[in-house]
Amino acid sequence: MSTPLIEVRNIGKTYGNVIALRDVSTEVRAGEVTCVLGDNGAGKSTLIKILAGVHQHDQGEFLFEGKPVRFSSPREALDAGIATVYQDLAVVPLMSVWRNFFLGAEPKKFGFMLDGRKGRETTKRALAEMGIDLRDVEQPVGTLSGGERQCVAIARAVHFGAKVLILDEPTAALGVKQAGVVLRYVAQARDRGLGVVLITHNPHHAYPVGDRFLLLKRGAPLGNYTKAEITLAELTRQMAGGAELEALEHELRGVQTS
Amino acid sequence: MTTPTSGSGQESDRATTSTKDERVASVSLTNRLIVRPEIGAALGALVVFLFFSVITEQFLTLSGVATWLDDASTLGIMAIAVALLMIGGEFDLSAGVMTASTALVTALLATQAGLNVWLALLLSLVFALAVGGFNGWLVMRTGLPSFIVTLGTFLALQGLNLGVTRLVTGTVQVSGMRATEGYESAGMLFASTFSIGGQPFRVSVLWWILLTVIAAFVLVKTRFGNWIFAVGGAPTSARAVGVPLVRTKILLFMTTAFAGWVVGSINILRFASVQANQGIGLELQFIIAAVVGGCLLTGGFGSAVGAAIGALIFGMARQGIVYAQWNSDWFMLFLGIMLLSAVLVNNALRRRAERVRR
Repeated sequence: MSTPLIEVRNIGKTYGNVIALRDVSTEVRAGEVTCVLGDNGAGKSTLIKILAGVHQHDQGEFLFEGKPVRFSSPREALDAGIATVYQDLAVVPLMSVWRNFFLGAEPKKFGFMLDGRKGRETTKRALAEMGIDLRDVEQPVGTLSGGERQCVAIARAVHFGAKVLILDEPTAALGVKQAGVVLRYVAQARDRGLGVVLITHNPHHAYPVGDRFLLLKRGAPLGNYTKAEITLAELTRQMAGGAELEALEHELRGVQTS
Repeated sequence: MTTPTSGSGQESDRATTSTKDERVASVSLTNRLIVRPEIGAALGALVVFLFFSVITEQFLTLSGVATWLDDASTLGIMAIAVALLMIGGEFDLSAGVMTASTALVTALLATQAGLNVWLALLLSLVFALAVGGFNGWLVMRTGLPSFIVTLGTFLALQGLNLGVTRLVTGTVQVSGMRATEGYESAGMLFASTFSIGGQPFRVSVLWWILLTVIAAFVLVKTRFGNWIFAVGGAPTSARAVGVPLVRTKILLFMTTAFAGWVVGSINILRFASVQANQGIGLELQFIIAAVVGGCLLTGGFGSAVGAAIGALIFGMARQGIVYAQWNSDWFMLFLGIMLLSAVLVNNALRRRAERVRR
């Protein structure tokens, strides 16, 4: 079996005397989706912030392509090939789709001018390759739906050569249908050989696209399964209990009827 | 089915029309026109122009045109810089008093220290860029609203202008520029006139047009322009994708200070003297012109050309009211109505641009 893109072994992080994360181990492989599930405060964001270079771990090992790493900034992680799409920070709403797409990596001509034609064409092509059909890449991203915005951000990460794509709650604020659209592009990114880390608190979103499931609870791992080892029902049962279960059942009905 | 946001009518409409092409087709032309930030200002300018052309006789004569263009020019030079800064998501309340500070620095260095005017202008430019850089650095460093920080520099500069001028000259004005070395040649650049059809026009009009073209080009056609929109529209997103947020904003503050220096230089070389209390209150006019020109107060949207047109409306209305022999009190009423309608139109536009949020 080949080396995983990302492997964490017994990784941990403390903020002062608060243990935010301990003894977490999992891996992310090219062409696979690793889902990180857990309720609020379970340590999901601490884990992805370590992977994205925002924070540094203080226990355990973080291997990227087999070598131990410790990113000191998001830029460093990005340069290594780990792109993170945050739920609220994906795009600048008032800017056009193609300007968003190239923000921070603008195509230039004559050394200082923005190459608008190239930008528009490349954006259109890159989006089309991901199966996103936008006729007008000049429209402000704000006119797109929440799902489409996430998709533009995903397509951007794929286009700029990310090896690992971290998605922070990409479906959280979306309706059922929109969430489905985003999950389809998650699968697209996976099929193009990226390793995907999908953070969510919704097992119904995670199960259809995930290959590996890491469950967190109060900063500690509750379980780490491959798809063959766990069913959706079991995943849901582990995630939730009592009142939460009811709410999830309600959502489950929504998924089935759509 | 979960609906996380309380959807408006438009949103639920969208949810039911499932096919993509239908949606895209409905966007097209109207949206593309309306999305231009300067459309409202251009229409407003046309109305003001036609109105005063019809009701007054001098408005459309060459000398009339020269007068209102001149009035609009110095305001316009500032308005486009302020517009860039506002698109970048910040305010500069010290911009008005900066036009006086730079003029005073130039005048004091030339008349009191006996420097060549060109050298005095250069040092004055350094001073302006330093103040602009300081504004930007402080805003970025502290994370305080630029409104407060530049209100501080506004008051500080105002005090410095009066205090230093009185200390050095014993009065609250600096004059005697005509006798200084280099006054004539520097005046050629900043305060001369050129003739069209026998009517002299101020060279400040050319500065205005030139700087508008440069600003519009930078904003739309360069990557720095892309960054200006990004740092104003969504600073954290911009930083997340690698836009140098701090550098971009500091440069924008320095641009405003630079524009203040240009206007200060035009004023001191044209009038050969400067009052220490000049420029106070102008900062709001710059912001108004930028807003009328389509800039959002919240940043991330706007246009340099729009701001130039906003200044043009100002100039035309101010001089038009004089030609119509109305009391100039009416100008403020006009200003208020214009500002309110501009903000209302802008707000509607932004809602349209951010329409579908789910």
